[in-house]
Amino acid sequence: MARFAVRRLAGMVLVLFAVSVLVFAIFNLIPNSDPAQRLAGKNAEPILVKSIEEDWGFDEPLPVQYWETMKKIFSGELISYGDQLNVDERILEGIPISFSLCIGAAVIWLLFGLLFGYLSATRAGTWVDRVLTVGSVAGISIPVFLIATVFLYFLTYEIELFPASGYEPLTEDPIQWAYHLILPWFTLALLNIGVYSRVLRSSMLDVMNEDYVRTARAKGLSERRVMTRHVLRNSLIPITTLFGLDFGATLFGGAIITEYLFSLGGVGQYAADSVTNLDLPPLMAITLFGAFFVVFFNAIADLVYAYLDPRIRLGESAQ
Amino acid sequence: MSDGGHSPWYLAYRRLRRNRLALAFLAVFVLIVAFVLAAPLWADHVADTGPNTTHTTEKVEVGGEQREVVNIEGKPIGPLWFDAGGRFFLGADGPLGRDEMVRLMYGGRTSLFIGLTSALITAVLATLLGLLAGYYRGWTDGVITRLLDLIWSFPVVLLGIALGTALALGGLKIGPLEIAGNSIWIPILIIAVVYTPYMARPIRGEVLALREKEFVEAAVAQGAGSVRLMFGELLPNLWSTIIVFFTISIANNMLLEASLSFLGAGVQAPNSSWGKMVSLGSESIYTSPLLAFAPGVLILLTVLSLNVFGDGLRDALDPKSRSKLVRAEAAEAAAGGAI
Repeated sequence: MARFAVRRLAGMVLVLFAVSVLVFAIFNLIPNSDPAQRLAGKNAEPILVKSIEEDWGFDEPLPVQYWETMKKIFSGELISYGDQLNVDERILEGIPISFSLCIGAAVIWLLFGLLFGYLSATRAGTWVDRVLTVGSVAGISIPVFLIATVFLYFLTYEIELFPASGYEPLTEDPIQWAYHLILPWFTLALLNIGVYSRVLRSSMLDVMNEDYVRTARAKGLSERRVMTRHVLRNSLIPITTLFGLDFGATLFGGAIITEYLFSLGGVGQYAADSVTNLDLPPLMAITLFGAFFVVFFNAIADLVYAYLDPRIRLGESAQ
Repeated sequence: MSDGGHSPWYLAYRRLRRNRLALAFLAVFVLIVAFVLAAPLWADHVADTGPNTTHTTEKVEVGGEQREVVNIEGKPIGPLWFDAGGRFFLGADGPLGRDEMVRLMYGGRTSLFIGLTSALITAVLATLLGLLAGYYRGWTDGVITRLLDLIWSFPVVLLGIALGTALALGGLKIGPLEIAGNSIWIPILIIAVVYTPYMARPIRGEVLALREKEFVEAAVAQGAGSVRLMFGELLPNLWSTIIVFFTISIANNMLLEASLSFLGAGVQAPNSSWGKMVSLGSESIYTSPLLAFAPGVLILLTVLSLNVFGDGLRDALDPKSRSKLVRAEAAEAAAGGAI
């Protein structure tokens, strides 16, 4: 296990480096115009553009430019030229909000996704299965902004049941915190409820054909015990990998639109506002940190996966 | 074995024909395509206006009464259905007073066009990369797989808005080809590239398995070269996977386009799309909710119909466990690519 962990983490460091090079390329290399001009933002003074050019080393060779860019992002010196505010500080402010949103949503989607998946796998072919299958395809197909606008109109305006915007810190008032986040949580969770119930269903149906399940039945275990102890537990293994990929993707994906529509003020809303203002420095930092987080979280999920399924780590060291 | 005489495609077609749900949703998709194709007809002969024509200060006659298209507070007129002969069928958008129905039809053309073309590019790229990686293995596979993993490391929406914003500001130059910042080819290319790994990975996996089969050995024995092996022997065995992924890819790509355009990093003015219309409509969600709901529901219907039909197609093309692997990976791809 230790060898597997070291190899996996060494691989992670390489990927992180490649990710940072790609982020640098996206913002400073690929587009067909002057990078200093783009970074400066709308209606920038020529003096500002000139000083950015020197500051970021755009007249230096590419490795120097890359180094300067990374130094700015990681040292906390990066500022937005639109509002002169420090980018890293603003991101740090937003992190508790984004995590509150995504962890809550993850709890909901795991709870309902696994419940629905379990129900439709154990009742495969019945009307329960069919209803849940159609429901999960519908869940996958609903755009986040449609759920959000429907919630906003019907549940905060037509019936004033929930607040339409704002965030209350958990440390100040846990009840208000949850109350403000209920709609955003469900908005964000709906898509993944569909995904997870589908994945768990097909994974359980595969496991049900395994020999050890037949053995468990032959031993005379109750159907319920076979399902929970033998089928469900083994079917959950692929879910850990999936969750490793999804959590980061949700934090910097669906959460951007959800935070924006419910005006929560987290990292996602910062990203959305930066797109509106065509403000590149914050986007650069968020893209880099977002991808770093995904890579990192993914590595952790792989370690958990290897811990749960010895075949993975043994197979790896046998090679 | 009474089916022995029929081609696998014919058998798949027969299975698909029995799947009523998939066919019903295919019909929904065809209707939506017909709806957006009819845009110029409706615009010229019924609504008598264009998608970008403003009617801010105009009045429209409804049952003998003159009503303002946009009132003094900037609130646009609601749906008139056929009360004004089909003009402002779904009302106008505020504060510019453009005909919402006409805009929906034209906006849908952009959304569908982007979904289809980007899915086509994704399919071509993914098939090529998957074939090369799976066929040559070794370092070719190593390079391609790492490259795909690199793109995979980014959350799709985040990579999309990063590229979308940077390229909208700068435009793109690939060799002699220059693309302006507000061209719809920018979102098309971005979406195509961002989703390529999600399709290339399973194709590579299938190629790796296929090239161990006897028919490949037989072709090698006949003296077939690499190109013939890849495109003459392996590719025909990949068609069913490619078709299924292509269908679901259109749905995913349309969702991503909508999200990017919603955030302002997709389709740029003067072009419009359903995602961009939802974004505009969400600004007046409490006074004119229809402006956000109508394009949103159309996206949902299109994506849903493609997803259900894609599922049916998959069941028809591989009825048994032949591609249990593909199915699991497809679920994973749908999940990983989910926004």
